[in-house]
Amino acid sequence: MNTTEKYLVGVYDDEDEVLHAVTEVKGKGVKIEEVYTPFPIHGLDTAIGHPRTRIPIAAFLFGLTGLTCAQFLINYTMVFDWPMIIGGKDFFALPDWIPVTFEGTVLFTAFGMVFTFFVSNSLWPGKKPKTFDLRSTDDKFIMTINMGTNKKSEAEIEEILKASGAIEVNVKQF
Amino acid sequence: MSHVVSPIRETLVGGGRSYHDVTQDICKQVEGEPTKEWKIAFSVSCVIFAYGAYCLGYTWWQGIGVWGLNKTVGWAWDITNFVWWVGIGHAGTLISAVLLLFRQKWRTSINRAAEAMTIFAVLCAASFILAHMGRPWLAHWALPLPNTFGSLWVNFNSPLVWDVFAISTYLSVSLVFWYLGLIPDLATIRDRAQTKASKFWYGLFSVGWTGSAKTWARYEYVSLILAGISTPLVLSVHTIVSMDFATSVIPGWHTTIFPPYFVAGAIFSGFAMVQTLLLVTRVVFKLEDYITMEHIEMMNIIITVTGSVVGIAYLTEFFIAWYSGVEYESYCFINRAFGPYWWAYWMMMTCNVISPQLFWFKSIRTNILISFILSVVVNVGMWFERFVIIVSSLHRDYIPSSWAMFSPTMYDIGDYIFSFGLFFTLFFLFAKFLPVINMAEVKSVMKGVSSNYPFKKKSEGGKESVTH
Repeated sequence: MNTTEKYLVGVYDDEDEVLHAVTEVKGKGVKIEEVYTPFPIHGLDTAIGHPRTRIPIAAFLFGLTGLTCAQFLINYTMVFDWPMIIGGKDFFALPDWIPVTFEGTVLFTAFGMVFTFFVSNSLWPGKKPKTFDLRSTDDKFIMTINMGTNKKSEAEIEEILKASGAIEVNVKQF
Repeated sequence: MSHVVSPIRETLVGGGRSYHDVTQDICKQVEGEPTKEWKIAFSVSCVIFAYGAYCLGYTWWQGIGVWGLNKTVGWAWDITNFVWWVGIGHAGTLISAVLLLFRQKWRTSINRAAEAMTIFAVLCAASFILAHMGRPWLAHWALPLPNTFGSLWVNFNSPLVWDVFAISTYLSVSLVFWYLGLIPDLATIRDRAQTKASKFWYGLFSVGWTGSAKTWARYEYVSLILAGISTPLVLSVHTIVSMDFATSVIPGWHTTIFPPYFVAGAIFSGFAMVQTLLLVTRVVFKLEDYITMEHIEMMNIIITVTGSVVGIAYLTEFFIAWYSGVEYESYCFINRAFGPYWWAYWMMMTCNVISPQLFWFKSIRTNILISFILSVVVNVGMWFERFVIIVSSLHRDYIPSSWAMFSPTMYDIGDYIFSFGLFFTLFFLFAKFLPVINMAEVKSVMKGVSSNYPFKKKSEGGKESVTH
């Protein structure tokens, strides 16, 4: 099998143009692999056809875990392991435990969600990025077409990209 | 993204800048050699830090007997400074979380610095928590760790334990929020890096960020949820700090108004500190087109609103002390205003209630020098607020024979100086090595709001012409 991947890289310099270009290029039957942008563009991921992220579900589950852990810890320490008599009041003092339970929930949600974010995007400290164009973190919007997954010829796709407003079309191999 | 924006809105980024100009302007500080001003400022803050570290080291070594505390006034500058710093540490998350939820786009050019300031302020606050324990090496006793005493656990019914959880959660979640926002900008610096060292370090911390649409989509969700959970978090933190006082039985402390009153005060002083720092930063780093008069005015308006809330809280407290008919309570408040600490009380009243009202005048709230002076005045006032609440409630206790005054020693003052040294040293390091403005977020609001962004219109044949 051929180990090198060949990409056509369309360079755009306006966020609205790249958003329209995605629909246009897709409409002409070209499979877009990804678009790299210097800042988030709303609706770009759905235009490309990426499925909706499930990170909010993960966040909720982490929050639930945090809540459960906090309640478990407090109940275990305050009611079962070492109950303290404070004015003869009930050991199970739920209203007093709301602050710590809340903080635990927030802590687990935040860390769990951000950890999930790193894992799902496979980002880790020191990872070498797969860079198509260095300007994609500055001011250019980069559309990548994997030639391995497209049937159309290079010249055809280049024509389509140019017509959709790309200022440059480059070839990149990994 | 192009949004529908009212044409009467001021542009968020001035000077008709393009995206590349933004990158250039913000990365300049990070990539270039440190300026002479930066070197001088950093050296001065290091000297302050070193002197403070000596004082704090001596306090740790000798114990808190070196402070001016006595048997009547058992809490003074330590807790005053702690509450003051924690309050200041509220603005960053407020700006980045609450203003994100309210879709306030002007936050984008100030949130990075404000969040950094938040983290440093909370660290300063933590230094007083550790110091006031007396035996800071036993700080882990505040955590529910298994131990050889039973296991004897911490008391989850105690507001002081809530505070441990609140502050540590707040610090770590703010740090995560801040770092997450930094990643795209670190990647920008990485992709421009010329030297080996900056390629390595910015490469390490930018975690292989590429800015793919999929990553951005997830990133947007993560930011939104972090903002959603940080909003109640930031409110909970100062609420719980206020409960350290409010759940006690000391007249002047056990009032139900404390949580909202403290939260308003925290936002008030936090915004004032952000204002102070940004007014300097925008000049030193020539960011006048990013931190515009619009930003300064918005900040001043928030300062006026929260200052007024704080003012109403002061008056309500006074009224309720009288209306409750509790003589201890009434005495405490009369003593605050007219007793031996009258000067601290009126200092607080002048700085916090009267001076921010000057911002009702447009000429004052758009005057940079006056804004700077008043932002400092607000934080002087907020320091006195905490001092008044803490010391004036304690110094005349139930037995007149034990009435006392508090006078700080050089170590009280030195530990306070330490926190300034720590704060400014960290802030200058941040300003040199990290982008002070969130480039990605600023770029994302430029076209929607700035009418003078070089707008590109498509003409025939895929060629573009630039129109302004």
